[in-house]
Amino acid sequence: MGKKDNKPMAEEIPSADLEDVSGPVIFYNDLVIDHFTNPRNVGDMAEGDYDGYALIGDPVCGDQMKLWIRVRENRISEIRFKSYGCPGAIATSSMTTVLAQDKTIEEAKRITDDDVVEAFAGIPDHKKHCSMMGVNALLAAIRDFEQKQEPSAE
Amino acid sequence: MIYLDYNATTPVHFDVLAAMQDCFETQFGNPSSFYRIGREAKQKLHEARVKIASAIGADPLEIYFTSGGTESDNLALRGMAKALQGRGRHLITTAVEHHAVLNTCRDLEKEGFAVTYLPVDSNGRVDPETLAGEITSETILISVMYANNETGVIQPLADIGRIARERDIAFHTDAVQAAGKIPIDVSAIRADLLSVTGHKLYGPKGAGALYVRKGIAPRAILTGGRHEQDLRAGTENVPGIVGLGEAFARFAANPGPEAQRLGQLRDRLEEGLTQNIPNVCINGCRAPRISNTANVVFPSVDGESILLHLDLKGIYASSGSACATGSPEPSHVLKAMGLAPRAAQGSIRFSLGNATTAEEIDQTIETVAETVDRLRRISSI
Repeated sequence: MGKKDNKPMAEEIPSADLEDVSGPVIFYNDLVIDHFTNPRNVGDMAEGDYDGYALIGDPVCGDQMKLWIRVRENRISEIRFKSYGCPGAIATSSMTTVLAQDKTIEEAKRITDDDVVEAFAGIPDHKKHCSMMGVNALLAAIRDFEQKQEPSAE
Repeated sequence: MIYLDYNATTPVHFDVLAAMQDCFETQFGNPSSFYRIGREAKQKLHEARVKIASAIGADPLEIYFTSGGTESDNLALRGMAKALQGRGRHLITTAVEHHAVLNTCRDLEKEGFAVTYLPVDSNGRVDPETLAGEITSETILISVMYANNETGVIQPLADIGRIARERDIAFHTDAVQAAGKIPIDVSAIRADLLSVTGHKLYGPKGAGALYVRKGIAPRAILTGGRHEQDLRAGTENVPGIVGLGEAFARFAANPGPEAQRLGQLRDRLEEGLTQNIPNVCINGCRAPRISNTANVVFPSVDGESILLHLDLKGIYASSGSACATGSPEPSHVLKAMGLAPRAAQGSIRFSLGNATTAEEIDQTIETVAETVDRLRRISSI
């Protein structure tokens, strides 16, 4: 046995999160539950009725989302979504649409998945990746809108 | 509250609890101790051994107490692998086993054993002929579960046991989900080793047993004192074992009438869901199943979302997979039956038990129908 310094044992043990030890205690706060049970802006838009559309899949967990935006005077005037996925995916999709509603295109492009998590005042750690899908769908729909604005290159 | 997750665990029955309570209070001695209260505790172990043995057609000396199904499976697999590694290093099991068997096999692979994981058909059944074809001169153990925890599908154990006995290969079955739901007779299925636990049939958690047929000699995996005929060291969990014995006497010895009652309720549930919700299918419905289990696919919705809606309404069921880590593994059982990952992700297991009533089933059908309709309106697929 090598010579040891006088550090007490307890300091050498990295502190473990209770969730690491007993497994995650999956639960969502009331606001997440509210967006899950009563998602905002659910629906779709017919062809010709929207200015941007995206279909995004989460390759990791198989969740999927469709998102439509209508843009008036450079603002997102209407936004609709449909989601297939876990409660975290549905709630964060809903919150993304709430955050994007009425924002200018530039403002909407700055929305991040952290903003979605923050708007909920937190979601369980292992569910944070769900918030990426809503934001990615929003950005993709905006790209679709912008591409339609550009005069075709050829 | 409507509890429909009896395959996960059951509440402890009042009479089981009373027997355990008595044991905690009056037979607290160490069964290895010489004096009276030690001998009384030992007597309790004997009685429990007799109750379990007679419920499964075994001799009391063939019953070894463990801490539960997982330990019983580990003892059977690791103990036999250790004992027979000189004879061969090949095991045969199935793709649909409980993780207690699957992950023990994977670990044994790391130790140099070869393991064949038999496929199942779309109904979740293993083909005994396929199994027979996988046997080599190196094969030392066949481990096939009795009834599947997720789907309730019962494996053709009598055929498998016959093949194993003919080829002189030890045969283990994980009967954790079968005990209390169908009659078990170790000689009818020619099992050499059989795992059971208490908490799936109204007994306590943390108490289980392994049946080991006379003449079969696994090596101990827990070493220490000379308990359980030197096969499993550690002071016996006497109150837990008393509860286990009581649960077996009460629920495993004659499961028929209750199984019949639950079968009618399960059929009512499956019919109600199929009739009230478009596009529903029942996993394993064409195979023989334990009568309390329904595993239902609701295409285009996610199982966890269904479960949370049900949870919020006080209905407790379970799903084969959970999007818990960001990389959910869809149920290996449903995958092995050929279900697409999304269908597996939209599967819910309802498992019924002794407090389940027709009213609860009807309320569940109604609530699930509402929930699935709601989620399908939101769904992008």
